[in-house]
Amino acid sequence: MRKITYREALREALREEMRRDSTVFLLGEDIGKYWGGAFRVTEGLAEEFGDERVRDTPISESAIIGTGVGAAITGMRPVAEIMFGDLTALAMDQIANQAAKIRYMFGGQARCPLVIRTPFGAGVNIASHHSQSLEAWFMHVPGLYVAVPSTPYDAKGLLKAAIRGNNPVVFCEHKLLYPVEGEVPEEEYTVPFGVADIKREGEDATIVATLYMVHKALEAAKTLEKEGISVEIVDPRTLTPLDKKAIIGSVKKTGRLVIVTEDCKTAGVSAEIAAIVAEEAIDYLDAPIKRVAEPDTPIPFSPTLEQYVIPDEKAIIKAVKEVV
Amino acid sequence: MSYRERETKLTLDIAKDTLVYMFRKMVEIRLFEEKVFDLYAQNLVPGTIHLYAGEEAIAVGVCSNLRKDDYITSTHRGHGHCIAKGADLKRTMAEIVGKKTGYCKGKGGSMHIADFSIGMLGATAVVGAGIPIAVGAGLSIALRKTDQVVACFFGEGASNQGTFHEGINMAAIWQLPVIFVCENNLYAMGTRQSRVMLIENIADRVVAYGIPGVVVDGNDVLAVYEATKKAVERARRGGGPTLIECKTYRHKGHSRVDPARYRPKEEVEEWLAKDPIKRFKERLLQEAVLTAEEIKKIEADVAGEIEEAVRFAMESPYPTPEEALEDVYA
Repeated sequence: MRKITYREALREALREEMRRDSTVFLLGEDIGKYWGGAFRVTEGLAEEFGDERVRDTPISESAIIGTGVGAAITGMRPVAEIMFGDLTALAMDQIANQAAKIRYMFGGQARCPLVIRTPFGAGVNIASHHSQSLEAWFMHVPGLYVAVPSTPYDAKGLLKAAIRGNNPVVFCEHKLLYPVEGEVPEEEYTVPFGVADIKREGEDATIVATLYMVHKALEAAKTLEKEGISVEIVDPRTLTPLDKKAIIGSVKKTGRLVIVTEDCKTAGVSAEIAAIVAEEAIDYLDAPIKRVAEPDTPIPFSPTLEQYVIPDEKAIIKAVKEVV
Repeated sequence: MSYRERETKLTLDIAKDTLVYMFRKMVEIRLFEEKVFDLYAQNLVPGTIHLYAGEEAIAVGVCSNLRKDDYITSTHRGHGHCIAKGADLKRTMAEIVGKKTGYCKGKGGSMHIADFSIGMLGATAVVGAGIPIAVGAGLSIALRKTDQVVACFFGEGASNQGTFHEGINMAAIWQLPVIFVCENNLYAMGTRQSRVMLIENIADRVVAYGIPGVVVDGNDVLAVYEATKKAVERARRGGGPTLIECKTYRHKGHSRVDPARYRPKEEVEEWLAKDPIKRFKERLLQEAVLTAEEIKKIEADVAGEIEEAVRFAMESPYPTPEEALEDVYA
C-alpha cells in the first residue's frame, strides 16, 4: 500500500470532502494561498477551491468558531482551523457554550456540523503557549465529539467522518505527527467515531495510548518484547465517544492496565479511562492501574526541561514492569 | 462618526397593512410580557425572566422588514424577538413555563427560545455570544449565494465584549448581509453605560470597522422600521452590514429579582412617557390609520390570544425526566 504523511492524509480528506460536498468550506488564520496553514495542512487547497472556500480570517479565534457555528446551523459544513490547540482557550465560550449546547438547549432543532481542527502536543521547544495537550477540556463538555488520530490512516478516515457527521467535533492533531508516514489506501474510506483500534496485540499488559504517545508506546512495546513481556496497545482514536468496550475487553484479556497520554495527569484523559476501568472492570485487574502522563506544570521551553515533562519510552517501560 | 437619523414623520409610504401589523405585534409583545410577569408572580415560571416591555418598537420595526427565510439571533431578553419574527405564542409560553410542548421541549426556557422553521436561530444567554453566530449565518448566506439577511440583536453591554469587535470586523471585511441591532437601554444589569464607556453612541464604534453606524429613536417604531429598511435593502444587494443603535429603555428591572433602584425616578418617568406603544397608538389615531374602536378590538383580540397561549401552556405536560438525556447529539 502507498505511504503518505499525516499532513498529506489530512489534506486529502479535506480535498475529497470539498470536492464531494459544496457546503464544506475551511476558515482559519493563514490557511489560504499565502501560507497554506501554519503546519501546511491546507497547502494548495485555496488554489483548487478559491479564497471563498479556503478563507483566511483575522486573528479572532472566538469569531472563527462563532462564525463556524452560525454557518453550521444554517446548512454549511465548516472546518475551522485554530492554529495551536492552546488558542482554543480564546474561543472557549463559542466551543463549550455555543457549539456544544446549541442542539440541546433548543430541544434538538439545530444541528451543528462544525469541525475544529487544531494541533496539540509538546516537543518542538515552543513553550507554554504552543505546546499543551488539552483534549480533556473537551471531553468534559457534553455535546462535543473529540477525535485523537495517531496515524495517517486514522487521521484521514476520522476527518472525513467528522466532516460528514452532524455534531461539533474538536479534531485534535499532534504537531509531531504531521511528517509521520503511514499506509493509506487510495480508495475511499472513513473511520467511524467510537471505535478503538488495537495498534498491537499482546497478552501481558494493556497500554491505552493516544496521539503521539501511541508511537512511543509501540517503541516501548518492542523493547519489552525482547524482555519477554507482551504488550497490547489500544488506541481509542476518539475520546468522545469513547470505545469503553474495547478498553475493557483488552483489560479482561491482560489483567493489567497502563494509560499513556501527553496531557497533565490531574483530571486528564488518563483519569477518566482509569475511572471507567475501576468502575466497570476492577475484578479483572491483577495489579493497580498505572498512568504515565505529564506532571502538573506548564510546558517549559528549554529542551532539557521540556523533555523531562513529556512522557517517554523509559517511563512507559517502567510503568509496565511495575504491573506485570 | 455615526449619524443620527432625522426625525421621521409618519407617512403613508408605509402600507396600512404594515402599520397595523406592527401595532398588533407590539401589543402582542407587551401583553405577553405582562402575562409572563403575572405568571411569575404566581410562581408558575421557574428560574428567571428578562422582560422586553418598553423595547417593542425595536424587534417589531426590525422584523417587519424581514422575510420568513431571513435569520435573527437573540439574547436573554428575547421574547420580543421571537414574537416579532413570527413565533407561535403558545409554544413560546409553554417553553417559558418548562413544558414539553415548548419550542425547546422545556430544555431552553425563557433565555433560550428558538424556532428554526422561521429563521429564529435562538437566544444565547452569554452576552455578545450571538454576534459571531449571526456573522456565521451571514457567511453561510454569502457562500450559498442567496439574498437572505440576518438581524442580530444585542444590548449596549455586549459592545464591551470581544465578540462584538471580532464579529463586526469579520462581517465588515467580508461584506456580509448582517444588520447589527444594538438595543441601547442604558443599563447593563445595574451598570449605567456612562460608567463603562466614554462614548454616548455605540454606533460610533463600528465606524472604526468601516461600516455604517446609525442612531435611531428606539421607541419610535417607524424610525426603526425606516432605518432597517435601508440596511436590509443594502445587505440584500451585497452592500454589506450596518449597525443600527436603537435608544430605548426597559420598563422593568434587569431580571425578575431586580427592582431597578439604580435608575433615578425622574429618568424612569421620562422614559415611561415615551412608551413606544402609546406613541405609536397616538400617531395611528392622529393620521386616521386606525380608529379608537379598531385599536380596542386589536387589543382585545391579542389579549384573547394570550389567554389561549397561557391555557395551552398550563394544560401541557411537563417533559418526562428521562428526556433530559435526549438531544445532546444529532
